Amino acid sequence: MSEANQETPASAVASVPVTARHGAAMPAGHRRTNPLSFAVNGVSQLARMAVPLAIGAVTIFDKGEMGKLLLIIPMVVAVLGVNFFIAWLRWLRLTYVAGASDIRVESGILSRAARSVPYERIQDVSLEQKLIPRLFGLVELRFETGAGGKDELKLAYLSREEGEALRRLVRARRTGEAVADAGGEATNATTDDAGDADEQAQLLFAMDRRRLTTFGFFEFSLAVFAVLGGAAQYAETFMGIEAWDPDLWQQVFALQEQWILGLGPMAQVFAVIAALVVLAFTGSATGMVRTYLRDWGFRLERTSRGFRRRRGLLTRTDVVMPLHRVQAVNISTGIVRGRFGWKSLAFVSLAQDSGSSNHVVAPFAKNEELEPIIRIAGFAPPAEGLDWHRTSTRYRFDSIALKSGAWLLAAIPVAIFAPAPFVLIPLVLAVGSAAANFYAWRFRRHALDGSQIVSVRGLLAPSVQIAQRVKLQSVEIAQGPIARRRRYATLHLGLAGGTFTIRGIALERARELKDAVLASIAERDFSALT
Amino acid sequence: MDNDAVTTNGSIAEDALTSLHPNHVKLLRIQAALIAIPFVITSLVLEGTDLVPPGLIFGPVALIALLAIVRVPLRRHHARGYVMGADLLRVVRGILFRSDSVVPFGRVQHIDVNQGPLERYYGLATLTLYTAGTHNASVHLPGLEQGLARAMREEIRAHIRQETL
Repeated sequence: MSEANQETPASAVASVPVTARHGAAMPAGHRRTNPLSFAVNGVSQLARMAVPLAIGAVTIFDKGEMGKLLLIIPMVVAVLGVNFFIAWLRWLRLTYVAGASDIRVESGILSRAARSVPYERIQDVSLEQKLIPRLFGLVELRFETGAGGKDELKLAYLSREEGEALRRLVRARRTGEAVADAGGEATNATTDDAGDADEQAQLLFAMDRRRLTTFGFFEFSLAVFAVLGGAAQYAETFMGIEAWDPDLWQQVFALQEQWILGLGPMAQVFAVIAALVVLAFTGSATGMVRTYLRDWGFRLERTSRGFRRRRGLLTRTDVVMPLHRVQAVNISTGIVRGRFGWKSLAFVSLAQDSGSSNHVVAPFAKNEELEPIIRIAGFAPPAEGLDWHRTSTRYRFDSIALKSGAWLLAAIPVAIFAPAPFVLIPLVLAVGSAAANFYAWRFRRHALDGSQIVSVRGLLAPSVQIAQRVKLQSVEIAQGPIARRRRYATLHLGLAGGTFTIRGIALERARELKDAVLASIAERDFSALT
Repeated sequence: MDNDAVTTNGSIAEDALTSLHPNHVKLLRIQAALIAIPFVITSLVLEGTDLVPPGLIFGPVALIALLAIVRVPLRRHHARGYVMGADLLRVVRGILFRSDSVVPFGRVQHIDVNQGPLERYYGLATLTLYTAGTHNASVHLPGLEQGLARAMREEIRAHIRQETL
C-alpha cells in the first residue's frame, strides 16, 4: 500500500511492485484497487445489517428465547463471512490499468467483463468520499464519459493519493490530446506543470454558516415523516407492533381521552396550534439538517481546469467541470424564496453529476452573485432589449380550453350525483385554472440573442434556461393533431445532458428558430466543442 | 464551414421531401397485418359462440383491420419523407402527430444501418443517426433501399471525418 501511495502518475502507467506481489492471474501492468476496499465493502454491508440485527436482538431478549441465540449467532457469522469472502473475491478479480491510450478495467468473479475507455472520451474524473470509505482514507473514482448513469466507469476504492494521481494522469493525457488537436480549447492552454493547479484557484461562490442557515429555512421538508413511516413499518415487521392496527391507537387514545376532554375548547385550539408549530419546526429542522449535510462548506472555484465544486458534510464531493463542457445554464427559484431574491444556478453538462441530472453551482444566491459565474461559463444573462416572443395565442386558447374543459366535464357528474352546492367546486376550479393560465402566459417567453437561445417560464417561481445555439445537437418541430390545424408547434432542441423544449409557438416562429439554430450549428463541428 | 451550408439550411422548401422506397408500404402493410390477425381471429371465435347477433363483432373488426392494412400504411408512407442536405439530414414523419427533425452531420456521434428479417426480404434498411442530445438521441429513418442507406451512411461518415480533421 505504501509504495502505491508514493508512486508518481508516470510510474502508475507501468507499475510492477504491487502486481508482482499478488502475482498469479493478473496481466502485466494491471493493478488492484486498494486492499482495504474489500474491508470497506464488508463494513458497509455490516452497517446495512446493523438495524435489523439490533431489532432482532431486542426481540430475542424481550421474549426470553435465549435458546434461539445459539442458532442465530452462527448464522449471522456465516452470512457475514460469506459477505466478506465475496467482497474479497471481487477485489481480487478486479484489476485496472492506465495504459497509453485508455483506461481498462477487468472485473467479475465468474463472468468476466472488460471495459476500455479511451482518454479522449473521458469528460471528467470525480472523486467521491462516502462516510465509511472516508474513515479508511479511501476514495471512489468516477470516470464521466457522457454515456450517463450506470454505463460509467467506476473504481472503488483507491487511496486518496492514488486517486488524485490517476485523476491528474487522465487530465494530463486529455490536455495533451487537446493541445495536439490544435487550438479548440484556448481556455485550457495552461497545463499544470507544477502538478496541482489549485493554487491559482479563484473563489467564485461559497456559502458561510449564516447563508446555509437561511437556505435551510427555505428547504422546509416533511420528508422526516416518510422516514418515520418507514421506521414504523420496520418496527411492525421486526417487533410485532402493528402501526396500522386501529386497536392500538384506540387504546392509546382511550388512555388520553379523559384528559383531552377535560381541557375544554380553548385548550383544544391551542393543541392544534401547538401541533402546527411542531410540524413547522420539524419541517424546518429536517430542511436545515438536509441542507447542512448536503451543502456544508460549499465552495465553487475557478481553476485552470474549469469550475471546481466541493460540498458535503459527511459525504464530501469534489467535482470539476471544464468550462467548455457547460451546455446550458438553468436559473431557478422557489415560490417563497423567489420573493426574497434567492435563486439557484445549475449547469447542464455533458458529464452528469452523481445522482442528480445537473450540476448545481450556486444553490442559494442573489442575482449579482450569479451573473459573474454565468459570464465565466461563457454565457450571458438575458440582456435588457431582447426581442421576446410569447407562445401563440391560439395555443393559449386551446390549452386553457382543454384544462378548464376537463373541470367542466367533471362538473356534470357532480351536478347530477352530489348535493347542489358541490357543483361550484369544479366550476370555480375551471375558472381559476383558466385565469391562472391566462395570466401565466405573459411569463412564458423566449428570445434569441447573439449566440444564445433563452427560454423563461413560470409565474410564481420563474425559471430561466439559457443555451448556446452552437452547442445544440438537433432540432425537431413536433405537432399534434390540434396543433397542425391551428398552426402552432413544439420545438425540441437536442441538448447534451438535458432537454430544451419550447411549447406552443407559432409554426412560422418555430421555423425561424430552427433556421437560426441550424445556422449556428453549421459553424462548428461537435469535436471542436468537446 | 462555408456560407453555402447556411443558405441550404434556410432555403429548404417545406414540400421538397424525398419519399421512401415503394416497398416500404408493403412492409408497413405486413406489420399492420401481423398486429390485426389476432384481433380478427378473436372476433371470429366470438362469432362462433353465438352470444351476439352474427356480424356485430366480426363486421367492425374486419372493417377496421381492412382500413389498418390497406389505407393507413399508404397514408403513413406518404406522411414520411426525408431531405438529405449538404450538411444535414431532415426526417419528417407522422399522420396525426407530426414531427420534423433535423440532425446536422456535424453533431452525429455514430451511425447504424439496421435490417430486420422483413426489411431484408424487401431489400430495405433503417438508417439511425445518434447524437449527444438527450432529446433525439437517435433519429431513425426507415424504408430506405439498402444500397442507398449504406451510401448515405458513407456520405455522412465522410462528412464527419472531414469536419473533424
